[in-house]
Amino acid sequence: MTIKGKAYIAGAYEHPTRHAPDKTVAQLHAEVALGALKDAGLSRDDVDGYFCAGDAPGPGPATMAEYMNLKLRHVDSTELGGTSYVALAAHAAEAIALGKCDVALITLAGRPRSEGQATGTTPRLRDPNQPEAPWEFPYGLTTANGYAMCAMRHMHQYGTTSEQLAWIKVAASHHASHNPNAMLPELITVEDVVNSPVIADPLHRLDCCVISDGGGALVIVKPEIAKRLKRPPVKIIGAGETVKHLSGGTFDLTTSGAARTGPIAFAEAGITPADIKYASIYDSFTITVLIQIEDLGFCSKGAGGKFVADGNLISGVGKLPFNTDGGGLCNNHPANRGGMTKVIEAVRQLRGEAHPKVQVKNCDLALAQGTGMQLGTRHCSATLIMERE
Amino acid sequence: MARIIPSPIVSVENEAFWNAAKQGRFTVPTCGACGKAHWYPRAICPFCASEKVEWRAASGQGTIYTYSVMRRAKEPYAIAYVTLAEGPTMMTNIVDCDFDALRVGQQVAVVFKDTENGPPVPMFKPA
Repeated sequence: MTIKGKAYIAGAYEHPTRHAPDKTVAQLHAEVALGALKDAGLSRDDVDGYFCAGDAPGPGPATMAEYMNLKLRHVDSTELGGTSYVALAAHAAEAIALGKCDVALITLAGRPRSEGQATGTTPRLRDPNQPEAPWEFPYGLTTANGYAMCAMRHMHQYGTTSEQLAWIKVAASHHASHNPNAMLPELITVEDVVNSPVIADPLHRLDCCVISDGGGALVIVKPEIAKRLKRPPVKIIGAGETVKHLSGGTFDLTTSGAARTGPIAFAEAGITPADIKYASIYDSFTITVLIQIEDLGFCSKGAGGKFVADGNLISGVGKLPFNTDGGGLCNNHPANRGGMTKVIEAVRQLRGEAHPKVQVKNCDLALAQGTGMQLGTRHCSATLIMERE
Repeated sequence: MARIIPSPIVSVENEAFWNAAKQGRFTVPTCGACGKAHWYPRAICPFCASEKVEWRAASGQGTIYTYSVMRRAKEPYAIAYVTLAEGPTMMTNIVDCDFDALRVGQQVAVVFKDTENGPPVPMFKPA
């Protein structure tokens, strides 16, 4: 049993807002849902499967299904942090393959910017019943210093430099400069990154992603429906998901769950990393990108620093065009969750609808890779491979 | 040192550790069945799933696996992972040190630091 060829992404929509003090989270979810349905050429009444994650208000599916007045026969609220939507796209394909639904809607939205969340730099006690909490919360674990510890270890183990990490931001900024909605549309240099204030050694302010309001949605349908729609068909051909954690205190922080999910997804798709024309790579921080690029097999473990340097991730310049919307690093990181926009930009590339300055020629195979939660402790990884038909 | 260290959450599963900590003793959960030490501490061995986990006195010696100085905080602090002589690697803070002189691979030794209103937590200082 495989999901290869069993479902198509028919609709994709990214909310243009980056600051939404005038809207509620539920309203944003509904707006992106309608945007993706319109993009697909479908209506709300066509939806029979709904998928959401931890950003959805309250319990998720029940609240949002009522708000949008959906009539459902399949629901899924798998919470995998920021990569949830990469995994949910695969879950939608699984549900469609099994005949559990025909038209799957996935939504993401949030307002961390309007709500003034100190997203990455404040220790947060999420749930006192989490068994790891007593062993982490007193030490001031934050999003930023957790990822920073991965970067510090990678530098120690492989000689990776701050300048090499900076190239990831530089490449994202080249792409964002063509995106009128990007939060950071100006070109950024390696010097800009390494001279920006240190947040948590060795990560600088410009190694971090933006904090933005907004959202996005996907509509995934069975092949028979995709064939009668007018949008260029984007076929789901492979996927993988896992959790990577600290394994009882025996771990390697230079590796992510992508080392597991990449090979699973490539095997299902029947292709290799060399076949990928465009890659969306989760970019909460520059180090997040570097580690996943290695783990997916675009270069060998430890060679990521050299691989990302000198513009190798810039579309039209380098070998692996990545995050051509500007990514979370420069464009948008709605609800502090980058997985949805990763899939959306891959869909744009496969449709040939990315900005002309960043559109990859003959883009027939694309990948979306996400890591959710904390690379420095435990995280979820999801890989999705898509093909233009 | 203005930084207030949040109290750890004491549960039935970990209270023996905190009771030892109050007496300045650093213990590491070790499996009576497979013999392996693990971290973070839990009642069921993550390696062999045995429930024969015991709190054993540990040397308190370790090496820095990685670290990061939180420069953005009002009162900067060094979060780290330290690999214990007993095997597992644990999250902690490096204290009583020059942050700029820290390095991966450095030898460190345990020191207990008071928390806001709970038991002291194990941290490490240069050995």
